[in-house]
Amino acid sequence: MSAEASKVITRTHREEWARVVASLTRRFGDLDIAEEAAAEAFATAVERWPTDGVPPNPGGWLTTTANRKAIDRIRRENKRQDKQEEAQLTYDGPPEPVGAIEDERLRLIFTCAHPALSMESRVALTLRMIGGLTVPEIARAFLVQESAMGQRITRAKAKIKAARIPYRVPSAEDLPARVSGVLAVLFLVFNEGYLATGPGTDPVRQDLTIEAIRLTRMIRALLPEDGEVAGLLALMLLIEARRPARVSAGGELVTLEHQDRGAWDAAMVAEGHRLVRERLATGAAPGRYQILAAINAVHTSAREMPDTDWAQVVALYDQLVQLDASPIVALNRAIAVAELDGPEVALAAVDRLEGALSGYHAYQVTRADLLRRLGRSEQSRAAYDKAIELAGNTAEIAYLTRRRDELG
Amino acid sequence: MHYLVSVIDERTGQATPEEMAAIDVFNTRLQEEGHWVFAGGLAEPSTATVIDNRSAEPMLTDGPFLESKEYLAGFWVIEAADLDLALKIAAEGSKHCNRKVEVRPFL
Repeated sequence: MSAEASKVITRTHREEWARVVASLTRRFGDLDIAEEAAAEAFATAVERWPTDGVPPNPGGWLTTTANRKAIDRIRRENKRQDKQEEAQLTYDGPPEPVGAIEDERLRLIFTCAHPALSMESRVALTLRMIGGLTVPEIARAFLVQESAMGQRITRAKAKIKAARIPYRVPSAEDLPARVSGVLAVLFLVFNEGYLATGPGTDPVRQDLTIEAIRLTRMIRALLPEDGEVAGLLALMLLIEARRPARVSAGGELVTLEHQDRGAWDAAMVAEGHRLVRERLATGAAPGRYQILAAINAVHTSAREMPDTDWAQVVALYDQLVQLDASPIVALNRAIAVAELDGPEVALAAVDRLEGALSGYHAYQVTRADLLRRLGRSEQSRAAYDKAIELAGNTAEIAYLTRRRDELG
Repeated sequence: MHYLVSVIDERTGQATPEEMAAIDVFNTRLQEEGHWVFAGGLAEPSTATVIDNRSAEPMLTDGPFLESKEYLAGFWVIEAADLDLALKIAAEGSKHCNRKVEVRPFL
């Protein structure tokens, strides 16, 4: 295939996949048909564009081709069931209004991230139907057998159909809760990329972080007024911006303190800061993602670690505790408290979380670090041991092992 | 579209008079709003009899087909346009009968 056509196909796939699937889903009322026909249309493009040339309107060509594939399939199936007339009816249906297309993708997102589906299914379905990732790609991303992932997606689609999960943007009253469900899916995808688990995986799965950011951008374009969507996008950008500095050449995690801040992606930082400022300017009460984004904005505003406005970070965590009193938030607050009031105060706060978090690797990492700073080497070593045992990320394990061995 | 809303219980004993009154209010509303198809409460699982008549003679077994801590205590069959509406109705049902419920679509 010519390099040019291949590039156009890749770009068109990224830009048009969700649109094509969404418009087919609305027209045929069936995710299976939509997914299959969209995939066939893209396969046809791969086959034909290199020799026939790229059509003037690639998106339109794909939608038309996919529609034809879907109708072919329905005809084939109906012929088997001896119901040709029905296919004819579908075929002769009115053309869809052009302006409704943006909404179509939004409908598809809310269907794929429906709360009646398990979180695993929501993630898989969103990546397949909205993100356009193939089943083998999704399976690889979550270290699941391809057949198991295929089954998970098939089962989710079957439930949507059988239980009649609607293909609709939720009512204004339900919207905030449902949007928050969609964002949870995207943040999970992002986090799996950001701190990938598993011995055989790269420590940072950029494919997943980039995909999560791309999908969050798409939702931001569809729901520009939503503060939490903007907050999540800002949060992801401010974390992703630090990626180039997060893993050393030797494959070891580099903590914020030791990162080369010059290696951060300045454009991403700037965009993240701009989004945070925009949200602050609205004066609206921030949600969880907006507060987390603001915390990351404070971190990324400091030239070096000691320049960080820790009082501001702690104040933001106080605000977050009001919304989310989980022990994990309390743990992160304690990490900031260590910088503001010293490791002893922080350790007291961390130790209060033992009951809830002793099996959580970040709890052990935090304790180990605070004990080290307090010169309590023996206890620190024990905490590093537990942390290493609980950590799943290869770069983090390398970092923790070195810190432990340096205790002397 | 019909959905089965199963009431899941793990206590022994029937609904309290207050719970029964709340269920009645809910049932009336279901009827007024056109969601009512059928509903009923069930006697204890231990009162069940399993029958298997796939071979020569019907085989009777005393007790439920599945012994478990949680059991079906009653159900509604409701009419709803889609799962979102069914889940809304079921959430109200759970509140009124003061028990967990399961929503399952009919074929």
